[in-house]
Amino acid sequence: MAAPELEFENNTPVSITQPLSNSQEGLGKEESYLKVVANRFFKHKLAVIGLVIITLFVLMAIFAPVIAPQDPLEVGYEFEAKPSSEHLLGTDQVGRDVLSRLIYASRISLSVGLGAVSIYVVIGTILGAIAGYMGKWADMLIMRITDVFMSFPFLMVILVLVSVMGPSLFNIILVLGILGWPPIARLVRGSVLSLKEMDYVKAGVALGYTAPKILLHHILPNALAPILVNATFGIASAIIMEASLSFLGMGVQPPTASWGNMLTEAQSLTVLAEQPWLWIPPGLMIILAVISINFMGDGLRDAVDPKSFK
Amino acid sequence: MFQYIIRRLLIAIPVLLGVTIFNFFIINLAPGNPVDMFVNPNMSAADILAKKEALGLNDPLWEQYGRWMGSMLQGDFGYSFATYEPVLDNIAARIGPTLLLMGTALIIAYLIAIPVGILSATKQYSFIDYLTTTFSFFGISIPNFFLGLGAIYVFGIVFPIFPTGGMTTLGSSGGFVDTFMHLVLPAMVLGTAIAGSMVRYVRSSMLEVLGQDYLRTARAKGLREFFVNNKHALRNALIPIVTIIGLEIPLLIGGAVVTEQIFQWPGLGQLTIQSIGSRDYPMLMALNFIAAFTVLFSNLLTDLMYSVVDPRIKYN
Repeated sequence: MAAPELEFENNTPVSITQPLSNSQEGLGKEESYLKVVANRFFKHKLAVIGLVIITLFVLMAIFAPVIAPQDPLEVGYEFEAKPSSEHLLGTDQVGRDVLSRLIYASRISLSVGLGAVSIYVVIGTILGAIAGYMGKWADMLIMRITDVFMSFPFLMVILVLVSVMGPSLFNIILVLGILGWPPIARLVRGSVLSLKEMDYVKAGVALGYTAPKILLHHILPNALAPILVNATFGIASAIIMEASLSFLGMGVQPPTASWGNMLTEAQSLTVLAEQPWLWIPPGLMIILAVISINFMGDGLRDAVDPKSFK
Repeated sequence: MFQYIIRRLLIAIPVLLGVTIFNFFIINLAPGNPVDMFVNPNMSAADILAKKEALGLNDPLWEQYGRWMGSMLQGDFGYSFATYEPVLDNIAARIGPTLLLMGTALIIAYLIAIPVGILSATKQYSFIDYLTTTFSFFGISIPNFFLGLGAIYVFGIVFPIFPTGGMTTLGSSGGFVDTFMHLVLPAMVLGTAIAGSMVRYVRSSMLEVLGQDYLRTARAKGLREFFVNNKHALRNALIPIVTIIGLEIPLLIGGAVVTEQIFQWPGLGQLTIQSIGSRDYPMLMALNFIAAFTVLFSNLLTDLMYSVVDPRIKYN
């Protein structure tokens, strides 16, 4: 990206490959880099708002049993009741409290986001590191496998895999985790390829360190920033993916509440037209969660590397 | 250039082979097998075994894969479990509507993304820039299906302007106007969803060009800002913009699955959902393969297009 995009007047732009060079005012090196990143992140207003909202979502998920006014699975109430003081967001087709389901569903979305992304970050990092560090046939093989995985339109192959394995929360996390790694692998491979040529890594080789040690202690810590940014955006798209699958009936199955499967009923025109309390709130929750995480990712990207505006 | 094309094609072959292997083994993870379809209570265990043997289901997996590949290369994708018709016939009937939907959506996306992205880049860090950036984030963050439901609610129920399902009015013979009216909502939903990410590409592509020396020269010689932006800069910024079509294809296919389902658009996406519902594995295998082949092919085409539209790039 072009030079005029560097607009951080007060901070020295610090690139990822040499993060510890300009320690400021005698602070510890590690501390100063983190501080610079944190400072830049907190200047990004939308990212801070995103962070606050996501923190609220996490609290809501953890304390769901305390916050939820009713049991999300209890079917004893009036069917399709309008919002009232007893049921703030009404009840659904079988008389479950919509607000309680909405609160409990945050657990599903967050666990899919975190679960799937953790799985594929590990797979992608390992494969990317092997490909970048070993080179030759290993690189060739892993990159071709990456091409194969990237050739399938994501939603399409996930639908097919989930239908084959059977739709459940666990399978969705697994499938998203198994299929999501190629971008991470490419990213890590690229970082490893460029860091491999750095003098301090060559020094490590000369000292006789083993490959895993060099990768774990000398290369990967410096590739961490782009991985983290990518993973943040990944959590957002995993949440959308789960919602889409559950909406299509191929995801989390009722009676367990997920924002996606709460919207399934809205495919009927009657629900869409006459019971907006059934489908607007879960839709807004998805958008709010996803956009907050995306803004956080954007802030994080600007914070760790001011050159990578996109 | 010619050598480059050949090399790209040669790399694509093992990838395509990998795609077929991956595809074959996914479907073979499925519980049950095609014979279960034919089983009826009068059949003995021996009959079932004989049927399995006849269909070659007891052979090793790689042999089955070889057979499947062999017949696929001859254009035979097998028979659908759901309709008992050749898979390819069913797919052929659905390709038209999908191409119509995707093509229109892509045009809408370009019509939105190019002017908005350019405005956003030329007025970098202005209010408009922040506004479009925020909107494009919303575009990326709103799930396709929710946008679709919202569109049906607003334009189908509150203001009943457009029909909300199917490709033609039931019972009518269709015709251009009727199809167009049915196309508006799904194409808008799919198009705006893609425009969100496209605006980002256009903006960064334009920004890159705006930083070039030859634009400073153009300004220095006294050219009006309008011409600098829209003639000198735009032409060069268009190069990557033209080619992002390759990046958008997977998004477009995934988006079409959801959009077609919501608007009951009779295309390949709806067929995919129906086939999943009826566990129609030969159909899914073919659909998944066609989707992957399209992505692979469009990536190849993108790379080649780059070399055609940008004479500065040399391949050797």
